[in-house]
Amino acid sequence: MDIKDIIKPENLVYKKTSLMQDKALSYCPGCGHGTAHRLLMEVIDELGIREDTIGVAPVGCSVLAYDFMDIDMQGAAHGRAPAVATGIKRCWEDKYVFTYQGDGDLAAIGTAETIHACNRGENITIIFINNGIYGMTGGQMAPTTLDGMRTSTSPYGRELGSMGHPIKMTELIAQLPGVHYVARHSVHTPRAVRRTKKAMFKAFEVQKERKGLSFIEIVSNCNSGWKMTPVKSNEWMEENMFLYFEPGDIKVDGKLVEKKKIK
Amino acid sequence: MAKVRGAIVVDIEACKGCEICMVTCPNQVIGMAKEVNGKGYHYAYMENPEGCVGCANCAIVCPDGVITVYKVKLKQENEKTR
Repeated sequence: MDIKDIIKPENLVYKKTSLMQDKALSYCPGCGHGTAHRLLMEVIDELGIREDTIGVAPVGCSVLAYDFMDIDMQGAAHGRAPAVATGIKRCWEDKYVFTYQGDGDLAAIGTAETIHACNRGENITIIFINNGIYGMTGGQMAPTTLDGMRTSTSPYGRELGSMGHPIKMTELIAQLPGVHYVARHSVHTPRAVRRTKKAMFKAFEVQKERKGLSFIEIVSNCNSGWKMTPVKSNEWMEENMFLYFEPGDIKVDGKLVEKKKIK
Repeated sequence: MAKVRGAIVVDIEACKGCEICMVTCPNQVIGMAKEVNGKGYHYAYMENPEGCVGCANCAIVCPDGVITVYKVKLKQENEKTR
């Protein structure tokens, strides 16, 4: 059978969702942001809530998320996305509101906004991309940088004594009673992508039922910041990041779950 | 003869040559072209098109969403003779 006979509209099995703009993404080759963007748009597309969804873009690599996602978006000051999302949600209670934040935005400058939005149990969804580094500004050390990890501001590796410990934002906010669903996943393999997509469906479901805040952390790579090839950086992420940031559900239906290791 | 045949179409100008699809493919179908696209990246292409089964694993991990996947089910030859 010739390839031309296979490539026909009736044989189509997978195509980029129409909610992603045709504009080329501004991310580095192999960056997990692109996959996370597309996944989020696929979920919104499949739920059929495009007209009722408002996203809040952060400051960081994904600051231009509103250029790539073909839905209603709002920019926020650095770290203040949960505060802006709170305002939007309180004005339009029947809209779906999500924020899309990196670790510099959510775990560093926006810690207060994040924790208090979670504590108030705002009915929003937070997507948190954690790559352990400040990618946009040139690979400086972030609060989530691992022990001994080399960055441009910790050239001899992060030293816990003077620089503190990597912060587990997801576990931290899972303790708060206002938070209904918390999970940590990744987007580097087809299996992980499918799990993340399932988690996103659940997060929007929680929002629909007005049960509280849903929070998904996506452990991602930053191959430019880590100074590795994309494939190498995904391997490094599995070997190092996953030991500290273990993937899996952390809080389901408002109850903390016993740790189950998944790969 | 394989029961299922697939094919991928890569948006050559949008591909950034990160090679994530190449290592994800279970049948080693995808390779990186020797030529480069307008941005100077070696783009992905079907190096071994016979092996593709249209599983779409490459497309769902592609960060830039440049891969479109097609799949057909083939009728087995012995089925026809029966």
